[in-house]
Amino acid sequence: MSINIFVCAKQVMDPETPSSAFNVDSESKQVAPVQGIPPVVNGFCENAVEAALKIKEAAGGGTVTVISVGNEFVMDVMKKPLSMGADSMVLIQDELCGNLDALGTVNVLTEAIKRTGDFDLILCGQQASDWDNAHVPLGISEALDIPCLTEAKNIEIGDNSVTVNSSRADGYEVFEANLPALITVNNEIGEPRYPTLRGIMQASRKTPEILTLSDLGLSEESIAPAMTLSDLYIPVSEAQCEIVEGEDDADSGRLLALKLREAKII
Amino acid sequence: MSQILILAEIENEALHSTAAELLAAARKLADELGLEVAAALLGNISDDLSKETIALGADHVYSSSHPMLASNVADAHVAALKQICEQISPTAVLTAKTPLGRVVGPRLAYRMGVGVAQDCMDLEGDKASGKITVRRPVYGGNAMAAFTFTNKNPQFIVLRVKAFEPLERDDSRAGEILDLDLPISDNDVRVKLIETVKEESEGVKLEDASVIVSGGRGLGGPEPFSQLEELAKMFNGAVGASRAVCDAGWLDHSYQVGLTGKTVSPDLYITIGISGASQHMAGCSSSKSIVAINKDGEANIFKEASYGVIGDWEKVLPSFTATVQELLSS
Repeated sequence: MSINIFVCAKQVMDPETPSSAFNVDSESKQVAPVQGIPPVVNGFCENAVEAALKIKEAAGGGTVTVISVGNEFVMDVMKKPLSMGADSMVLIQDELCGNLDALGTVNVLTEAIKRTGDFDLILCGQQASDWDNAHVPLGISEALDIPCLTEAKNIEIGDNSVTVNSSRADGYEVFEANLPALITVNNEIGEPRYPTLRGIMQASRKTPEILTLSDLGLSEESIAPAMTLSDLYIPVSEAQCEIVEGEDDADSGRLLALKLREAKII
Repeated sequence: MSQILILAEIENEALHSTAAELLAAARKLADELGLEVAAALLGNISDDLSKETIALGADHVYSSSHPMLASNVADAHVAALKQICEQISPTAVLTAKTPLGRVVGPRLAYRMGVGVAQDCMDLEGDKASGKITVRRPVYGGNAMAAFTFTNKNPQFIVLRVKAFEPLERDDSRAGEILDLDLPISDNDVRVKLIETVKEESEGVKLEDASVIVSGGRGLGGPEPFSQLEELAKMFNGAVGASRAVCDAGWLDHSYQVGLTGKTVSPDLYITIGISGASQHMAGCSSSKSIVAINKDGEANIFKEASYGVIGDWEKVLPSFTATVQELLSS
């Protein structure tokens, strides 16, 4: 069996960036890049790459194509899915795509997927760690009019069908749909593999296909935003921490409990 | 008069706790914009449920008991809610950030070609323009963003769970109840629910716990979590963990609180050996009280906590636990 999979992946600011270094330019309403901390591939997107590679391995053949949209890709970062074992990569890079909102992102990714060819499966991370929208994949499934399964922690491919275990607070739900389908995955699907030396060598010989909006036949109008960002700011923490200090650490522990009782928290 | 429509979810034939929160948020918007509040009740609907929905703030209830709505499969709900939207042309549609609501709202928004805002903590309507502005955390809670919808209605909003306090139930409130015939075809429902599997976890679920005791890298290994478990049990609470703990394999990823884990909002969130990286705080910052035990006084967690001890958890925790036990049993 052979299976063709698209994985949508996003380049994001490293979410491990210390909050002391995190800064917002309130004029341009953008997060200021932090010197010396390169961006990363969004965590859940790496989980999606891992899931795609496992499905392809189990099927015994097929392709994994990674697709992304942005205006400024750091190639060493974006090529990580190729190093992990993805077959090819399509990057839609256009200066108009710097501040796409979710609707614009859906329109661009959908066009790019349609143009690139037939597929059995689209895998996406459940949410990106920058704008935390968690609905671009849902929009793609609507635009392509295909079944949508979400928050997968396990995926089994059957005969022209897919069975997914969706994470729930108290367990999971098992869903089934026909292929082609779109699935969002979370971290419970498995750790992304580390690129091997061989993988890195192979990736270095692969060149992502780079497309612009006009290559996709998209106008500026087709990426018009549905939402306007009217303000972006760093919230001021109202918490004023009261440090409880006893004669020694054990005493501090005791006093902390008494303090919480006094404050009627326990 | 145009309406603000909410999707009131049903769980075990009762209103889900988020229904009352959505009604409170919708009531606020409706009052600001001079509109009415409508609720979609989809599932196995009794008259009592409809009346309760009105008592909690709805002016109109649109219900459908189509058998395909009995289980919480998003496809059927999207199809039914779309028909209600076509009939009443609401100004906004509010769903809760539940497994169902966070999928149904956005999918319908895209199907209708309008905007959607996820995970909103607050919202405000501007009467002159009819536009809604929402506030939501972005970048893992490092920043807050305000978004305003461009012109098209309905404006879709997914509300964070527990972001709004329910209104006082008022059984004297009047409202209209309409039972609708909403056809749902096989083609509308392409995803089939095969099975719901409950995993027996010891004690309370993380998302439901009113007290959570969470451990981080500072604990040094998996063994100390039994002490956290002991403390959590006293409160009938749950144990959580930072990403570092789950990545190291000390605990399963289902324990993970944070950006790439679970979002919780307990009354009391006790952290032990957690530095308070923003990606962790993204999952717990809406807790009512945060308490920190950490040996590094400079750790970010002390900027977020309301009470803390700077010290060695191995010495602090046993006496803290013992004192809590005394207090709770007295």
